[in-house]
Amino acid sequence: MSDTRNISVVVNGKSYQRTVDTRRTLGDFLRLDLGLTGTHFGCEHGVCGACTVRVDGTAVRSCLMLAVQANGKSVQTVEGMAEGDILTPLQTAFRDRHALQCGFCTPGILMTMAEFLEENPAPSEADVRDALSGNLCRCTGYQNIVDAVLQTADTLRKTRDAA
Amino acid sequence: MKPARFTYHDPAAIADVLALLAEHEDSRLLAGGQSLMPMMNFRFVQPAHLIDLNRVAELGYIRADAGTLAFGAMTRQRQIQRDANVQQACPIMIEALSHVGHRQTRARGTIGGSISHFDPSAELCNMAALHDAQFVLARKGNQRTLGFDQFARGYLTTAIEPGEMLQEIRLQRWAKPYGFAFEEFAMRHGDFAICAVSVLLTLTGSGAIDAIAIAVSGVAPTPQRLRGFEAAARGQMPGHALCREAALQAAAIEAMSDAYTTAAYRTHLARVLTYRALEKAVARFKSQDMT
Ligand SMILES: Cc1cc2nc3c(=O)[nH]c(=O)nc-3n(C[C@@H](O)[C@H](O)[C@H](O)COP(=O)(O)OP(=O)(O)OC[C@H]3O[C@@H](n4cnc5c(N)ncnc54)[C@H](O)[C@@H]3O)c2cc1C
Ligand code: FES
Ligand code: FES
Repeated sequence: MSDTRNISVVVNGKSYQRTVDTRRTLGDFLRLDLGLTGTHFGCEHGVCGACTVRVDGTAVRSCLMLAVQANGKSVQTVEGMAEGDILTPLQTAFRDRHALQCGFCTPGILMTMAEFLEENPAPSEADVRDALSGNLCRCTGYQNIVDAVLQTADTLRKTRDAA
Repeated sequence: MKPARFTYHDPAAIADVLALLAEHEDSRLLAGGQSLMPMMNFRFVQPAHLIDLNRVAELGYIRADAGTLAFGAMTRQRQIQRDANVQQACPIMIEALSHVGHRQTRARGTIGGSISHFDPSAELCNMAALHDAQFVLARKGNQRTLGFDQFARGYLTTAIEPGEMLQEIRLQRWAKPYGFAFEEFAMRHGDFAICAVSVLLTLTGSGAIDAIAIAVSGVAPTPQRLRGFEAAARGQMPGHALCREAALQAAAIEAMSDAYTTAAYRTHLARVLTYRALEKAVARFKSQDMT
């Protein structure tokens, strides 16, 4: 017999009530139960970072968390970043700098870097590389990702200074 | 890859955790999930009952007393990195933690989970060995406190028994000023180390070794202190000969071998990293403002 729980989770600002198997991972919940397939599963054992989402603001691996553990919490996924066609500065920089090729790793990297930039508005290249260490990319060789993150920090700084 | 079926429990108090542990023989505690969830996804581990500690707020704390730094088992690795008391009292912990996985794994991963899992190259297990840690183990109606040598049993194995929970980890902290160094080698930053070496030391007014502790991990199934060297080094002047002696003692640890790393390579790393760590700790001690 399966063990289930009723959970209530806010995802990208929208509230969902669902009955889930307690063994359901948060990533599978997002993808299979809510149809939010922007979050990718690469390894399902914590190594690749493709599944990274933000839970109450914190970037975590959604393959290593259970959906029941997100009960009562607020989750942000890559689908919650852009407003319609308007990309965030981070997404814009990824496009400008060719920081993605196949795009498989990108949602996890965007989630991680969005959190990182909120905490470190003026990072060095070494800081960015350190923060990026938990996300694997098989295509880009990382350089363009690092450039895009540094460009975002720059853009955000200019916006702040102008304000 | 999905975990096999289990019955999920999410108690909010230590007493309730201990009652559940006593009641369910085939159970596992879930801390940060950064080691247990992969093992469950692979179905290496298939507990009938999963007892989630994440709602047990009373297990998350850092307490600095006179001679000790105490951590509740559920204290997150990130929380420790950002704690002003730890940064001030125990800077080597901060260096060690910077090597533990990645920002996303440290956001969930706990000190208690890492020490219960007891990976031979886990940085936090190395820190426990270096600081002569004490471990508070609780079971329903009973509690015991063990020192590091009683706690460490072998490869991924501690003295935690079925029905028991690791509740608190107490590091014996050193009074400042002291020199310290943490040196490790991993294939990529954030990977589990192949070998890591940590050093704490103080020098006398004339520059001789006053007190010293060295912990080497990733070589044997459990972190090893170089006790023989530590005793013999007291009163000696720290220079090339002493660093070399420490390195030779580290190289004498019987090394493990696996599919990726030979025993000879582990021994080589233990020798090189021990030399470097001791040299660096001495230099750091000497460069401090002693006034
Ligand atoms: C990509 C990646 C890289 C990593 N790199 C490193 C690294 O470089 N160095 C390193 O040290 N670690 C590394 N780790 C593992 C580290 O992140 C984990 O935090 C740690 O091993 C386990 O802590 P946890 O809180 O996640 O525990 P869990 O995974 O929840 O539990 C681990 C084990 O301990 C038991 N347990 C947990 N809490 C208790 C308790 N209070 N009492 C008794 N038993 C308990 C569980 O039942 C389980 O068997 C890495 C993990 C990943 C995914
Ligand atoms: S799918 Fe979660 S880290 Fe790879
Ligand atoms: S763009 Fe293909 S994996 Fe990163």
